[in-house]
Amino acid sequence: MFVEIRIHGRGGQGAVTAANLLVTAALFEGKYGQAFPFFGAERRGAPVLAFARISDKPIRIHSEIKEPDMVVVFDPSLFEIVDVLAGLKPGGKILVNSPEPIEVKGSYEVYYVDATRIALELKLVVAGWALINTPMLGAMAKVLGNISIDSVVKAIKTNWSGKLGEINAVAAERAFKSVRKIT
Amino acid sequence: MSVLTLTGNYAVAWAVKRARVQVVAAYPITPQTTIVEKISQMVENGEMNAKLIRVESEHSALAATFGAAIGGARAFTATASHGLLYMHEVLWWTAGARVPVVMAVVTRAIGPPWNIWTDHSDIMDQRDTGWIISMAEDNQEAFDLTLQAFRITEDDDVNLPMIVGLDAFILSHTYAPVDVLEQEDVDKWLPPRKQLYVIDSENRYSMGNIAYPKDYMLMRYDIERAMERAKKIIEKVDREYGEYFGRSYGGLIECYKCSDAKYLVALMGAWAGDAKEAVDKLRENGYNVGIMRVRFIRPLAVEKILEYASGKKGVLVMDRSISFGSAGPLFIEISSVLSMNGKPPAMKGVLAGIGGVDVGYRDIMDIISKFVDEVEERGWFVKRQEWFFSHKR
Repeated sequence: MFVEIRIHGRGGQGAVTAANLLVTAALFEGKYGQAFPFFGAERRGAPVLAFARISDKPIRIHSEIKEPDMVVVFDPSLFEIVDVLAGLKPGGKILVNSPEPIEVKGSYEVYYVDATRIALELKLVVAGWALINTPMLGAMAKVLGNISIDSVVKAIKTNWSGKLGEINAVAAERAFKSVRKIT
Repeated sequence: MSVLTLTGNYAVAWAVKRARVQVVAAYPITPQTTIVEKISQMVENGEMNAKLIRVESEHSALAATFGAAIGGARAFTATASHGLLYMHEVLWWTAGARVPVVMAVVTRAIGPPWNIWTDHSDIMDQRDTGWIISMAEDNQEAFDLTLQAFRITEDDDVNLPMIVGLDAFILSHTYAPVDVLEQEDVDKWLPPRKQLYVIDSENRYSMGNIAYPKDYMLMRYDIERAMERAKKIIEKVDREYGEYFGRSYGGLIECYKCSDAKYLVALMGAWAGDAKEAVDKLRENGYNVGIMRVRFIRPLAVEKILEYASGKKGVLVMDRSISFGSAGPLFIEISSVLSMNGKPPAMKGVLAGIGGVDVGYRDIMDIISKFVDEVEERGWFVKRQEWFFSHKR
């Protein structure tokens, strides 16, 4: 198993943290992982990229990910300004943060989850921004299919202690359960 | 074992903590900043018992680190790119004074034009200073090398400072699993600091006075002899680290599938991982290649390069920086060693990945297969080096 993932978010949404926690969760599954941002100048609100590789074997390569197996979109408005499908392998997976099914042209598996609503319900909000990285992380684990929610929760609680860890874990669990495939 | 998901920079910070470093002086510069930021956090929350000195420049950062070290403290600093260039004078001073100091260098291109991505020009620019200079391939090695650096530099046979290099972003800001070991195990492996001499107010000592030509030359000869001895110490420390913690890397040079190879690729840093992937794939296609991963550019593993590369049909050297008007510095180093041999292999230098240009294993497959095909067809090269710009995938 070797999966390459590209996450499209906006600066401040926590795309890099989500990629990082995905690697930690994979580690708890006995797998290997690598997570990295696009190495440029990021600003709050601007489109940003984060990447992750998950594998059964140690990962030796350090190059950019140009042909991902899966694309994750934190903000559906990015579809209008960024080519989020660039390089996505045929038959690849797309996971979008959206309250309703969205239409994507091409032979892809498309999933959606209302991560914003989950974050708002749990009051995961900072400076008016819904913190959707942990629900998106839960949904990513579900769509990937080989990382358990237990490992996701453990990764979250390693990163945030106490009540914050608890709430974020609940957010990931809710998204893990509610993510849907668009047929 | 204690495995955490860490960036290369955080891995270095953890090694500094595990080594019980007592003084850190640094000035922020991308992409180094998060090393010292993490250390500062560790000091602030009481995890680490060290003195952090804030300075106004990199020149002062190394001067303060040197001052602490000459006073007997285990000292560390970190920098990159222009910061390292600004420090250059003090690098000479530290090595000339024979004071063990460990510094992380997050390799980054030099401007203008401004560029924050990886490139080995900054670290290669320090080859003449008397510092031991190493490059890590991944985050785990960045941790292990940093820890090993304290044992190497403080060895009675060495007493020289050491740089631990790691590539900007592709290691420094990339999260990967890192075993940060247990403090009590590291304490057993790494003894308290030793050094040739200590300056303190009780035992007054003077260092850096004028030395007349003959004495000066003898002291230069001493540094070179220490570098020679450092080769053995580096091998020994890496071997013992392996026996103790289960990880070793081949000392001065890691030889990857090179014993039975007809062709070798020499390179240093993170892209060696991509090159290993390329070599595995090329071997499936009948290309008999291996890799000499240079872990230490200083001291240069002359004997090992001769041993590994002698009798090979061709040696390709990939450089991530250039010495303008000549060639890639690693190519210059390796070809100078192989020309000692009566019958050197066909050699070519390739300049790639400069200023952070992404180089993947498919690119490296193209570079290597072209090289092998050329040697098979022609046997030698008209041009000493070529540039690889391709960015197709």
